[in-house]
Amino acid sequence: MTPTPRCALIAAASAFAAMLACAPAGAQTLRIGLAEDPDVLDPTLARTFVGRVVFAALCDKLFDIDEKLTIVPQLATAWEWSSDSKALTIKVRPGVTFHDGEKLDAAAVKFNIERHKTTAGSQRRGELAPVTSVDVVDPMTVRLNLSAPFAPLLAALADRSGMMVSPKAAQAAGDKFGAKPVCSGPFQFVERVAQDRIVVERYPNYWNKGDIHLDKIVYLPIVDSTVRLANLKSGQLDFIERMSPSDVPGLKSDSRFKISKITEIGYQGITINVGNNDYAKKSPLGTDPRVREAFELALDRDGIVQVVMEGQATPGNQWVAPTNPYYAKNMPIPKRDVAKAKELLKQAGVTNPSFTLMTPTTSDAQKIAQVVQSMVKEAGFDVKIQATEFSTSLDLADKQQYEVYVLAWSGRADPDGNLFSFIGCKQPLNNAAYCKQEVDDLLVRSRTARDPAERKKAYEQIAAITLKDRPIVYLYHRDWLWAYTNKLSGLRTVPDGLVRLQGLKFN
Amino acid sequence: MSTFLTRRLATIVPTLLFVSMLVFGLQQLLPGDAALVLAGEDHDPSVVAHLRAKMHLDEALPVRYVYWLGGVLRGDLGESMRMQKPVTALIAEKLPVTIQLAAMAIVIALAIGIPAGIVSAVYKGTAWDYAANAVALWGLSTPNFWLGIMLILLFSVSLGWLPASGYVSPFEDLRANLASMIMPAFVLGNAIAAVLMRHTRSAMLQVLSSDYVRTARAKGLDERVVVLHHALRNALVPIITLGALEFGTLLSGAVLTEQVFTIPGFGKLIVDAVFNRDYAVVQGVVLFTATVYITLNLLADVAYFLVNPRMRS
Repeated sequence: MTPTPRCALIAAASAFAAMLACAPAGAQTLRIGLAEDPDVLDPTLARTFVGRVVFAALCDKLFDIDEKLTIVPQLATAWEWSSDSKALTIKVRPGVTFHDGEKLDAAAVKFNIERHKTTAGSQRRGELAPVTSVDVVDPMTVRLNLSAPFAPLLAALADRSGMMVSPKAAQAAGDKFGAKPVCSGPFQFVERVAQDRIVVERYPNYWNKGDIHLDKIVYLPIVDSTVRLANLKSGQLDFIERMSPSDVPGLKSDSRFKISKITEIGYQGITINVGNNDYAKKSPLGTDPRVREAFELALDRDGIVQVVMEGQATPGNQWVAPTNPYYAKNMPIPKRDVAKAKELLKQAGVTNPSFTLMTPTTSDAQKIAQVVQSMVKEAGFDVKIQATEFSTSLDLADKQQYEVYVLAWSGRADPDGNLFSFIGCKQPLNNAAYCKQEVDDLLVRSRTARDPAERKKAYEQIAAITLKDRPIVYLYHRDWLWAYTNKLSGLRTVPDGLVRLQGLKFN
Repeated sequence: MSTFLTRRLATIVPTLLFVSMLVFGLQQLLPGDAALVLAGEDHDPSVVAHLRAKMHLDEALPVRYVYWLGGVLRGDLGESMRMQKPVTALIAEKLPVTIQLAAMAIVIALAIGIPAGIVSAVYKGTAWDYAANAVALWGLSTPNFWLGIMLILLFSVSLGWLPASGYVSPFEDLRANLASMIMPAFVLGNAIAAVLMRHTRSAMLQVLSSDYVRTARAKGLDERVVVLHHALRNALVPIITLGALEFGTLLSGAVLTEQVFTIPGFGKLIVDAVFNRDYAVVQGVVLFTATVYITLNLLADVAYFLVNPRMRS
């Protein structure tokens, strides 16, 4: 019997369908869905949070932070401050090699710190500004000399400023280093297709190879959170970062997956233009601290967290979360008090203050604006929401051409990174145009003191002033939400939101 | 012929020059400071200053245009500030993806649209016609992103037949490539199929009522031969033109579909570049797409000139 054309067609269709059935990836390949496409993979030039997630595989740092935000050594083995706190001596870990086989030593550390400081367009220059010179004390010891004591230096060295790249590869590649980074992390770079994938494979000579159980990692940027989740559910991904809070209840009931969450080191807040320009003067919030106090008293942070984040965040009123060791306990979260808010507005002589709230067009920011608008309306505020495309809003905020602005900060391990640049006079991120000599002096003290107790005291004093002046009204700290297959174990949840690969394995 | 070609070629140069000015000029109208966006969230003043100098943002608009145009004439479309990669390399990377997606979408659109249009015309006023029209209306009115997510939920999450998103090169794994492209191609093809169906239907209705078709039927020809050999051939001319136009549009990138299925094509490249104020990428990709469009138009004109004796006289 010869097959009829129709039979042949059915056979061809079946073969095609079989052909399309997707093949599973190798058991030791971890596929991670990222919320964005990282920028350039050069620790000196990199500037995005998502890039740091990939660096966790590629580039080890001199220090790292642990679950409790304590600084722990990584490529360093020991460190010591000089008595005047103006020199940091670091012992370099022996037996570490870069992915090109070059050895990590004190000279390589010196090269890297100097590269961070001198490369054109370096994003690390600010973090390392107090470092004036680097001395090679002996082949495995290096000393960083500072112009003034600078406590946040260790935290900076636990981030991209502490990432060490191969001097040989960096010199050879010049400004193209980011296209094929060569570091000393547990995984080495294989390929990158922009907006599609970044592939890294296990580096066999990694100094801590006993802790590495995966062979290959594929990072896939998938911007849409629904699609990212669909990929996890259908088995194309093993792990997704930053899942949407609204997806948590649905996934919790699915036994194939686990969810991890941890409070971020950043914050979500509302910046108020308190400067001297027309925008600030036009807004009752910009001119009268009593109106700002009334505004804060009209807010219910728990309600905001429930509505905007479906409960997946920690309410907060400071630049660090209430769980952070540097949280100023003398200034707890104020309770909502609409009656007092109305009273304050009456005292200020503006019972129906009106202002424009600029918000980027991201979904969370817009939700915040809407919830805030309806909450403060009860106290008599009339809020006009001005939804503005992100880049444009950034520009307007930078030029202080706004009244009130909703903006998130991804956060730094040291509280200084969440504060100094935002409320220090004329600092680059001081969009509120806030400036007080007394606060500036305290900020300097908080970053020059090395004793944590002394630093905490300075932060308490800063909180006592700025949380009353309210250039920024902090609202909450998001939870990093990770979802992953239940076959994966050994995951560490560190508040910086980076996926550490040490100890991670498939069961 | 040579006069015609020379005349057509001569119009290309000013057109492209105009396009380049338009692309460059419109982009400058975008609010926001490119250096500030690209400097990252720290806004380090030294980085902002460095980027501003590198992108010539401190210079007058015409000077910046000349810098850029000079590069373009040397074949250098600039460098992506965000990805630190030459724009030409990015185009070379994305172009095959976009071409494949567009080609598959058009094949799907033709495979659905033309037969549906024929059936609907031949069985005009019957249940077949209404069904085909309903399908066309559905195809036209379904938003791409919604259909995309629904397909992902059905074929990837529930049935597990296809990968939910992503792209695999056909040279790496043809099977995986087809698996990753079939859903986005269907989503794109579906909307175009609806347009093609409507056009095929009206063209066929017109042809089927013409004298020569009546003559063919009077000769006693089989209805299938009349429809497919006599009527369809004449009805196809406007449909092919429409299909070619739709293909051209697809080549400039399918933004939403690429976003939903994470297909790294032109659409995704250009949207990310606009949001990140990555000027060189936007300018480069738009100029490249315009050049392709104009070249395809020229080829169509030449082909028309060759096949149409009236134009030659």
